Amino acid sequence: MNIIGKSIYRKEALDKVSGKAKYTADEQSTDMLHVKMVISPYGHAKIEKIDTSEAQKVPGVRAILTGSPELPLIGEEIQDRPPIAVGKVRYYGEPVALVVADHPVLAKRAADLIKVAYKPLPVVNSPSEALKSDAPLVHEKLDTYQRTQGVYPEPNTNIANRTKIRKGNMEKGWLESDLIVEENFSFSPSDHAAMETRCAIAEIHRDGYVHITSSSQAPFMIKKWISRYFNIDLGKIVVNTPLVGGAYGGKASVQWEILAFLASKATGGRRVKLIYSREEDILTAPCHIGLDARVKLGCTRDGLLKAAEIVYLFDGGAYSDKSTDISRAGAVDCTGPYHIENVWCDSLCMYTNHPYATAFRGFSHSEVLFAFERTMDILAEKLGMDPLELRLKNAILPGHTTPTQVLLNNSNLGNLPKCIHRLKELINWDEKPIMEIDERKVRVKGVSCIWKTSTIDPDASSGVILTFNRDGSINLISGVVEIGTGTKTILAQILAERMKMSIDQIHVQMKVNTQTTPEHWKTVASRGTFMAGRAVLAAADDAIRQLKEIASCILRCSAEDLEVGFGRIFLRDDPKVGIDIKDVAYGYQYPNGNAIGGQVIARGNYILRHMTHLDPDTGAGQPGPEWTVGAQGVEIEFDKKDFTYRVIKAISVIDIGKVLNEKAAKGQVMGAMSMGLSFAGRETFIFDRYGRIQNSQLRTYRPIHYGENPEYIVDFVETPQLDAPYGARGIGEHGILGMPAALANSLSVAAGVSLNQLPLVPEFIWRRKKGAQNDFV
Amino acid sequence: MHNDHMFQISATLDVNGEKRMATFRPADTLLYVLRNQLGLTGAKPGCLNGDCGACTINVDDMPMKSCLMLAIEAVGKKMTTIEGLDGTPIQKAFIEKFAFQCGYCTPGFIMNCHALLKQHPDATDEMIKEWLESNICRCTGYQEIAEAVKSVLTRYLSKNNQ
Amino acid sequence: MISFDFEYYKPSTLNEAVQLFYTLQIQKKRPIYFSGGTEIITLGRLNLVTPGAVIDIHDIPECKVLQVDEHHLVMGAALTLTEIEKANVFPLLSKTASEVADHTARNKITLGGNICGKIFYREAVLPFLLTNSQVVIAGPSGIKRVPIQDVFYKQLRLQTGEFLVQIVTNRNDLSVPSVSIKKRRQWDTGYPLVTIAAMKTKEGIRTAFSGLCPFPFRSKQIEDDLNQPQLPLEARIEHAIHHLPTPILNDTEGTSEYRIFVFKNTLQEIFTALEGEEHAQ
Repeated sequence: MNIIGKSIYRKEALDKVSGKAKYTADEQSTDMLHVKMVISPYGHAKIEKIDTSEAQKVPGVRAILTGSPELPLIGEEIQDRPPIAVGKVRYYGEPVALVVADHPVLAKRAADLIKVAYKPLPVVNSPSEALKSDAPLVHEKLDTYQRTQGVYPEPNTNIANRTKIRKGNMEKGWLESDLIVEENFSFSPSDHAAMETRCAIAEIHRDGYVHITSSSQAPFMIKKWISRYFNIDLGKIVVNTPLVGGAYGGKASVQWEILAFLASKATGGRRVKLIYSREEDILTAPCHIGLDARVKLGCTRDGLLKAAEIVYLFDGGAYSDKSTDISRAGAVDCTGPYHIENVWCDSLCMYTNHPYATAFRGFSHSEVLFAFERTMDILAEKLGMDPLELRLKNAILPGHTTPTQVLLNNSNLGNLPKCIHRLKELINWDEKPIMEIDERKVRVKGVSCIWKTSTIDPDASSGVILTFNRDGSINLISGVVEIGTGTKTILAQILAERMKMSIDQIHVQMKVNTQTTPEHWKTVASRGTFMAGRAVLAAADDAIRQLKEIASCILRCSAEDLEVGFGRIFLRDDPKVGIDIKDVAYGYQYPNGNAIGGQVIARGNYILRHMTHLDPDTGAGQPGPEWTVGAQGVEIEFDKKDFTYRVIKAISVIDIGKVLNEKAAKGQVMGAMSMGLSFAGRETFIFDRYGRIQNSQLRTYRPIHYGENPEYIVDFVETPQLDAPYGARGIGEHGILGMPAALANSLSVAAGVSLNQLPLVPEFIWRRKKGAQNDFV
Repeated sequence: MHNDHMFQISATLDVNGEKRMATFRPADTLLYVLRNQLGLTGAKPGCLNGDCGACTINVDDMPMKSCLMLAIEAVGKKMTTIEGLDGTPIQKAFIEKFAFQCGYCTPGFIMNCHALLKQHPDATDEMIKEWLESNICRCTGYQEIAEAVKSVLTRYLSKNNQ
Repeated sequence: MISFDFEYYKPSTLNEAVQLFYTLQIQKKRPIYFSGGTEIITLGRLNLVTPGAVIDIHDIPECKVLQVDEHHLVMGAALTLTEIEKANVFPLLSKTASEVADHTARNKITLGGNICGKIFYREAVLPFLLTNSQVVIAGPSGIKRVPIQDVFYKQLRLQTGEFLVQIVTNRNDLSVPSVSIKKRRQWDTGYPLVTIAAMKTKEGIRTAFSGLCPFPFRSKQIEDDLNQPQLPLEARIEHAIHHLPTPILNDTEGTSEYRIFVFKNTLQEIFTALEGEEHAQ
């Protein structure tokens, strides 16, 4: 069989090109009520009064909700967030009230009539500002909040979490260093900007069953959190997720579902629908985290890295939710993919009056790699060494340890040197580093190395059920959400390969229903293929075992002598002797009418193995199963006069373990690269001094458009991850990871000045050239 | 004030070759009426502000952002939505070239491409860029979309037939 | 979505439109003329424009005219920007209009809407400021045709009930050497930092600007500064900068300081294009 490796078209392709594909907001019914939010116009303010009297008079209004201390405080690690603001607002866009009405127009009319009186409070406008001893406290009651294990907030400060990495002996490391560089980096929060804005539908039946539909990456988390926050039996919460129109981490947090749930509750369980407008999707929903970073690196005069001292101040925003986990992940892989024996890192998650952060593609890695890989280039320059040579020289290899002291081997680590060599070829690295095109324009290349492991719950697991149809075809039921990664199709390929069946015989259930679909932890972290793929293989083996068991009765032989494939179960040594799967999968009926076997229902699951929490003092622990590595580069054309530039080429070489679907994998990498260049080149929230975001529409917050993109070149190296399906590593995020650093590296060379902030817009480059300091608040 | 009612009118809209009856407010956008009255949910709300193109349909063979048009303006015009296309070369090309991932922007892109190819079956790269700049795709890097469009241009098809 | 209600009218003559406005005005229905309608819809959904009635001018033949005769080009206010680009009878206008918004949006945005709307860039007016065109305005007191410089100061100064019907341009001005450049914060999409339209006549180079200030403008003083052949270009541009109106925009696209930098560079590019190699840096 050779379905693995083939560029099979997506299973849901025809639906997507014909308008048949359904997303959450496409669902309509006449029993639906509509929810409209009122959101905070301030970054930090006391709520003095909310007057809903005029709003109540709008006909068709069924309920108006405001915040209440009766509602539980929520949050994934620290429960610090009221679902609807109570007493004060802590970020521009925070939900302040909800209107539920018969028609969206009426809901909006009523929402526009709600009058809220605020008293503005001083604003914490950056993580560095948040750290100052005289900074206003975003959470005065930090010590009273409930929290999970493994998160370390520091009361009476704005520190929501501190993750420490203490590896090796720093004194020794500095002594061994002939050369030391220290640099600062900074960028503000930004947005996921998925084309589908967030949407949830909620309904509560009289028997207490809660039905939710949401555009979510984590339907099982919605179930878990609503159960926990509101004391409802887990089994009474059913969450549905259809196709999702882009997520990139932004739909892994639970927010709009809780608002929809509350809106339903307030109307006696009526079916309600909440759709975020684009502005609300940008402002209210959690965002892409910002960062202030300081990186200090020491190396020998030959360029061997000896010590790294790093401080990451993550802009976690007004509430912690996933931010604390992101800052933890930033510590886990706080360096680039290099062998450094002595690492000291403090990764802090800071409270600010910015929208709170959630997972964003790369989960802190493109962010910390921007800081680290810029520093590597600065170090290379100081050494007078080629930037790729420096990276090659220090490349992390089997036998080395990560910052959390995980011992790496050939399976849990990809081959970085091979990636670097291949990148060199693809980018023509041996050409002149700067090429003058004319008196104004130069062509410059910039590079970055990347790595990532996942930092998810150590008990994360994935399950798969297979049922057969009477024609022998299989229904594949997995809790992975199809957010665009194409993972559902990959799972079908894995199944087809194992069962030696045609992919057309595999029917994939695209939707997830938490009552009938086995759980896949969350569709995040590039772990879908790995975990669900292992679950698929386990389920396939279970199906094969059951088929063989029934067939052995009919064929009067030992099950051990049988093989399954090509739609049949047959004797290994005499394939002519066998029986069609379709005659067995629903049980077998003898000529006289006797039936045996019954439906073959196969199941499989996979749970991450040997994951541990991190030691609170040293950070030692195993947060993820493997490290995917790669090397990336960009080629830009820069105008030395007006500081404008174009990205001509963007290149990625990633060790994917095994290519399961080439076009799909390349698509994932190219899409991620595009996102990384867009983020680095143009995207940022622009805050005024009251913490108000000034660019909350897609005409002022602009993702990259057609024609602004470079030519993408993607190649893969294959070092199998031995415990992964067919050796394949996840690839959903990795394309983004090195793009900001590579772009900044190329521009810094082209402009002749160190560019350590994002986004890399011409104005920023112009300011740096004029000699302004990198401004830090 | 006007808060105590929603003034509605009835009209016939010509969509996908069918005359459809609809009831809507003058202030309702065409996108809203297509989706909520006529059940044509292929055109998507991405921003309701004319910035993303996810709502693109064809009106009298021109690509139009249906969120920038009042439904009442559409009376008397011929509209085609994604549901009105079946097995067109551009739809096939999108599948074959992996020109979408989450699929949310896809109907808008296909409608824009469809209008482009109808008017300019041999469009230049520059023209393709000018037209397609109107639609945002957040999942792909646009490279596959470019390949899909180019694969159905007359010059490509004739080259391949030689 | 637009949460308030409005009435929709589509008159078929100029007179009907004006009468309708008057009547609706008396009825306190806060009427507004509707051309492309894109601003009414996008600002309406934010409650920044809240008419009680809209008067769509698309059925009025004078508003859709696109005609070149022996002496003049006449363009109706309800022509879309793509219709104008496609006809391409006025290359400078085609070029300037083609950079406004994106192609699909330009299938809806009209000449009149871009010039008379609330969004202050109004880039489509720049070529007409350069050609000293005449604007045809319909209103309660009838139809008038006046030079654009008499009624355009930062925006088209219309009385209540008036609306732009057409713009009339001298045929000779259509093919004069001209250039239009738009600079943005980054790459190819977004609001302008600076848009400059320029044309070269026997008397010198005329320039009109948008994006620099919260209004488009053409300035005689600046043209005098720039058309001093005895001075080097850089010096002329420095003089011109001293005579820029205020305020210089400072917003999410760029600071005012940076806008000046972009303005200088763009003017250099404009003059190099129109005057030749002498100014190439």
